[in-house]
Amino acid sequence: MSLFVLAIGLLGVAAVALLVLAGLPPSMRVTRLANVLGPGCVVAACGLGLAGVFSGPWELILQFSLTWGLPLGEFSLGLDPLTRLFLLPVFGLGAVCALSGGLSLRKTRPEEHNLAAHWFFYVLLVAGMAVVLAARDAVLFLIAWEVMSLAPFFLIDFDDSDRKVRDAAWIYLVAAHLGAVLLIAYFALLWQVGGSTDFAVLAAQEHSSYTSALFLLGLLGFGAKSGIAPMHVWMPEAYPAAPGHVAGLQSGAMINAGLYGILRGFDFLGQPVDAPLWWGWCILVLGLATALMGILKALAQSNLKRLLAYSSVENVGIMLVGIGAGVLGAASGHPWIATLGFAGMLFHMLNHSAFKGLLFLCAGEVQQATGTVAMNRLGGLQKRLPLVGGLFLLGAASIACLPPFNGFAGEFVLALSLLDGASLPTVELQLGLLLSLVILGLVSGLALAAYTKAYGITFLGDARSEAAQHPHVAGWRSLWPLLFPAAACVGGGLLAGRCFELVAPTAQIAAHLPPLAELSGARAVNEVGHILDIIAAVGGAVVLLTAILLLVRCRLLRRRPVECRETWGCGYQFGTPRIQYTEASYSEPLGRLFGSVMGLKITEKGGGGLFPGRASLTISAPDRVRTSLFTPLFEAVERLCNALKIVQHGKIYLYILYILVTLVALLIWGMHA
Amino acid sequence: MTGLLQLLLLVLTLNNLALLGVDRLRSLIRLITLQGVLLAGVLLALDHILLAPAVLIIKGGILPYLLNRTRRRIGAEPHLRPRFGYGWAVLAGMGGLLFSFWLEGRLPMPPGLFPPLLLPAALTTLFCGLVLVVGRVTALSQVMGYLVAENGIFLLGIPLMSAGAIWFELTLLLDIFVAVFVMGIAINHISDTFESIDVNRFHNLRD
Repeated sequence: MSLFVLAIGLLGVAAVALLVLAGLPPSMRVTRLANVLGPGCVVAACGLGLAGVFSGPWELILQFSLTWGLPLGEFSLGLDPLTRLFLLPVFGLGAVCALSGGLSLRKTRPEEHNLAAHWFFYVLLVAGMAVVLAARDAVLFLIAWEVMSLAPFFLIDFDDSDRKVRDAAWIYLVAAHLGAVLLIAYFALLWQVGGSTDFAVLAAQEHSSYTSALFLLGLLGFGAKSGIAPMHVWMPEAYPAAPGHVAGLQSGAMINAGLYGILRGFDFLGQPVDAPLWWGWCILVLGLATALMGILKALAQSNLKRLLAYSSVENVGIMLVGIGAGVLGAASGHPWIATLGFAGMLFHMLNHSAFKGLLFLCAGEVQQATGTVAMNRLGGLQKRLPLVGGLFLLGAASIACLPPFNGFAGEFVLALSLLDGASLPTVELQLGLLLSLVILGLVSGLALAAYTKAYGITFLGDARSEAAQHPHVAGWRSLWPLLFPAAACVGGGLLAGRCFELVAPTAQIAAHLPPLAELSGARAVNEVGHILDIIAAVGGAVVLLTAILLLVRCRLLRRRPVECRETWGCGYQFGTPRIQYTEASYSEPLGRLFGSVMGLKITEKGGGGLFPGRASLTISAPDRVRTSLFTPLFEAVERLCNALKIVQHGKIYLYILYILVTLVALLIWGMHA
Repeated sequence: MTGLLQLLLLVLTLNNLALLGVDRLRSLIRLITLQGVLLAGVLLALDHILLAPAVLIIKGGILPYLLNRTRRRIGAEPHLRPRFGYGWAVLAGMGGLLFSFWLEGRLPMPPGLFPPLLLPAALTTLFCGLVLVVGRVTALSQVMGYLVAENGIFLLGIPLMSAGAIWFELTLLLDIFVAVFVMGIAINHISDTFESIDVNRFHNLRD
């Protein structure tokens, strides 16, 4: 615990130092110093934090309290299995993204960006996330939540000369605060019912009639942070605008905080075993809708980072399905489904952090190399940026659930949980879980399509623009931090059994099964661990075989001339990059199937006939939730506020008249009451 | 002494109504000077021997002097520009007087805390000050409105003063002094910059 507290303290000291640096007049020295100090301190603190997480037995519950001057709450931190598990991506990805960001920003000129301020907010984000996960007091939790929500606004707004980036940052800020408002209501209500802000007291209280309202408030409030549909609208705006390392950290670690909140909420509202069934249904259906919507939207995107953002929405949906299955299983007394549901969710959470962090960092490298992430201007980057391409391929294979990588292992556990739905007592539960399995399979398949598109259009074929033709090539010296998440992707797959052992005890604690059922849950964990070991062994063999085949290929090709031709040249003598598949044409067949659900706008011009003239195909996917729900809503609010401007006319004497009238009215009212 | 107090409060109330009725800036400043003197008299009648001269000097001397100086410096128009007729303003002041009497009967006060008539007189002064702020156009006359309102609050505070609270009241006086001083400067600057201290034109500054 002391190591963890030390890590938070170090982050605090680093934040103060960076704040001082940010106030100094910009110079090359200050910028360099900030770019060393910021990532350096984050890496040191994350190392300390990880040491703190792994020190002592995993199940050990530790507590650390300080009194503070505030009239409410206290500074109370704690470590338990759930917190430890969620801290792993925060510290792991926090350090990796800091290193990668530090390396990619090292040539920043002082007049371009205030790097000290950038790293100050980065440090705040990491510290905020760590404190949110470890807080054992509602007031401290909300303060840390606010820090964690505010810091990304400044991080997203890195390229603040760009209007689109500024707009994206504002959208993020509004969404984050709408969620925060719900959370304040959530904790205020909890406080009112429980009479304390201490988590331990709140967990021990009697469950009141407010519980269902609290559950919905928590689901919406935490869901806004995680990007559950329809509160996901900020993600596809914010992530493309943010620098790669910021988007990676946000997508890999910050959105987990929302899921952590939902899981932690069961402590206050009643354990999954006692939960009403409709909670489970609610989470499951939301999760399925989020996953399906997210991946269909991802498929339609032409911006690489936006595609990744929608894919984050999809993955949050998958994790929610895990929670939903866990709650349904626990509430209907089925330990196998409950344990594996929660375990699958937690496992997928860790895996998602690894591959999404890797993918966003790769996308950041692509952006830095070519100046764009619009896929219709990229192409052929595998030849020019082989390292980035290879790492992206690895991440894409993992996220598309291809064995033997880690993405497969997580979703496999989840699928095993859903597969056992057939043994549940009622028909609707059986049907619901099996149908969820079908949808999970569909989502995974669509994810494969989305990522073959992302990788294929960006890295394969020929360059579609001058920028992609001559990118700034980054070497190992700036790419080595990406090896950590890449190693996690491979290791998480090949050592899936071991990783599952790490996750399973936490899942069993999260499921809070009665003792008898716990035994059966433990048996489920053992069996699944065994299956995962077998899969990992086969996967390892496949990897070995691939390596051997590659070696053989290298040997065979060594003394033979190798001729390079245009990719997808298709025998044309004078092929151009324009005859390649584009991102729009790649997703067009699926668009025909799912177009109405995806909200696709397909504009097709010309073509057809024996001698077609000029033809064009544009596929765009505007977010319908945003355009038809949030935009009209906010416009209505704006109109209402503008209508109130009648009383805000700038005539001071009338303002004073308002005060006078209010005063007199209050006096009269007070005298009568 | 009660007779003297009653008389002073009566004059104060009449003075308040007169404030709303005058149409020249100089007369307004004179009436405010008179109000400062009356306030000192009230203090004297309530046996605040030390505070009375201080109030006399500040409210009856320094503040009117500052107001007069500002008036000359910015070359203010001699006539006030009312937003509504003087008759209406006086009527509003009378309404305030009636409301104050109604309020006095309703307010739960410890018996004997307020000498008779002090509470309605103080409230009337407060309301008249606010009516002055709302009803006059130039910034200088608004400053005077604030001053009158402040006098009302000061009157309300007098019975609540115990021996130790005198320092509190002195700081309050100082606050007003500083506030008027700052406002005087502000008015100067506004008149330099915008060539007008007509607050009607301030609304161009709103966002």
